[in-house]
Amino acid sequence: MKISKQEVEHVAKLARLELAEGETDKLIDQLSNILTYVETLNGLDTKGVAPTSHVLDIKNVMRDDVSRPSLSQEQALANAPEKAAGHYKVPKIIE
Amino acid sequence: MDLFSLTIHELRDMLEKGETTSRAITESVLNRIKAVDDKVKAYITVTGDAALSQADGADKARKAGKASAVLGIPIAIKDNMCTAGTRTTCASKILGNFIPPYDATVVTRLNGSGSVMPGKVNMDEFAMGSSTENSAFFATKNPWDLERIPGGSSGGSAAAVAAGECIAALGSDTGGSIRQPAACCGVVGLKPTYGRVSRYGLVAFASSLDQIGPLTKDVTDTAIVMNIITGHDPKDSTSADIPVPDFTMSLVKDVKGMTVGIPKEYFIEGMDPEVDKSVREAVKTLERLGAKVVDVSLPHTGYAVATYYILATSEASSNLARYDGVKYGFRAQGAKDLLDMYMKSRSQGFGPEVKRRIMLGTYALSAGYYDAYYKKGQQVRTLIKHDFDEAFKKVDIIATPTAPTAAFKIGEKSSDPLQMYLSDIFTISVNLAGIPGISLPCGFTTGNLPIGLQLLGRHFDEGSVLHAAYAYEQATEWHLKRPKI
Repeated sequence: MKISKQEVEHVAKLARLELAEGETDKLIDQLSNILTYVETLNGLDTKGVAPTSHVLDIKNVMRDDVSRPSLSQEQALANAPEKAAGHYKVPKIIE
Repeated sequence: MDLFSLTIHELRDMLEKGETTSRAITESVLNRIKAVDDKVKAYITVTGDAALSQADGADKARKAGKASAVLGIPIAIKDNMCTAGTRTTCASKILGNFIPPYDATVVTRLNGSGSVMPGKVNMDEFAMGSSTENSAFFATKNPWDLERIPGGSSGGSAAAVAAGECIAALGSDTGGSIRQPAACCGVVGLKPTYGRVSRYGLVAFASSLDQIGPLTKDVTDTAIVMNIITGHDPKDSTSADIPVPDFTMSLVKDVKGMTVGIPKEYFIEGMDPEVDKSVREAVKTLERLGAKVVDVSLPHTGYAVATYYILATSEASSNLARYDGVKYGFRAQGAKDLLDMYMKSRSQGFGPEVKRRIMLGTYALSAGYYDAYYKKGQQVRTLIKHDFDEAFKKVDIIATPTAPTAAFKIGEKSSDPLQMYLSDIFTISVNLAGIPGISLPCGFTTGNLPIGLQLLGRHFDEGSVLHAAYAYEQATEWHLKRPKI
């Protein structure tokens, strides 16, 4: 399947990626190739086959809602590129 | 004899007899890293001083009566497992300065057993790749031939073990990332059953497929490391709460009564004839050792790579959404607003393969395509798992090649993503089905490159996998060969 330039640009926006001009063209070719390959799956009849999201028979794991030792605010923020007053700092959102 | 070239169990015996110390072993490994890592490029971060102080601590603990099979043994960690206070980069620019505030559970377990960490080893960025060429920092070389790839994504782990730059290593395997590099570098690599080893602190790539496991010089060492790292962990909700056996009890040379299945779908056109021959000979060896060999069929094998590249990329696109320039160290400069900051940080922070997979996964999950790709992939995953369920009604073990060829040349496949993906053709189904699989050396090509034999077992039956692997290994001498570097 050939993916269009508009589709690549749309998906890049959804994925929060900014693509350079050359990068977009390359991705059109590469993604089209991979999607064509993936379409071999369409040759399989999967009507009525239950999807597997997980191989184990897992259930929700619950625990009591009690406080436990955790990272300090300082530790949690240690890798923040910018921080202020005990919070992550990001560019202004509201005018 | 150099200490760095020995196995965990050989060094453990020497340590117990007082013939060496952890300091001597650790110095030997660190000197080896100094001598050869300029060529091999296995390490992203060498933690020499911390390793020596851990070694001294281990020697002291031994004198005080502490005993553990890995006490004082240098074990390298793939750079996608969190190590408190030590940079954990995932071989990505976006985590280039990330210093985790906590240890992954496997690291906690190793530390608790007194092993020594010489450093963090290279990988494909976010474990996405089969050659370690996708590292944002540098490519790792195969110690058997420096012009060739070590496999991937745990290429740093495999190359470091093969070159004696550590005694053993941990890797992670999402579609073959432990087994394929183990095959390329002539070492042993085990992907445990999904849920066997805690993923807490493993930087997530595809959460329903990722699993941590050991890369070692022989099967005995694999069993030893498994004894340390397995077990239920309340911090990982997918960690299986089932009893853990002593894996060293499976190390038995006799395989009488064991049935080994040979799937015809794993002996295909385009495969290197030398690989085909070595694996068939390995099967004959197992037969000679008492195993019964039968043909089995895994009819959906041909769909595995396509299924994987839908499901793994979908999960990755979701897991990697967290890298937005806010929390993990890297932020692009000069953004005009918040959205622009996200876009610029991600675009500058991720490499081409990671971007490609995020794009593919985002596409597969996007409105209008979900059923055609993601749901279809999950349905085919059911069929692939069912193939193994059926086969394991008849056999205890399945034997296949680990990869269709020995290690390829650096640069040979890097321009064609699809060709690169196809090098995982024999390992990917195992992750989709969640079963355990090991790769161990079973021969060399005429060019002196290692060839890997893959043995697969039922869910949570690592015991049979290790049993067959050990019997084969003890009947052959491939595992004793070391690269001349």
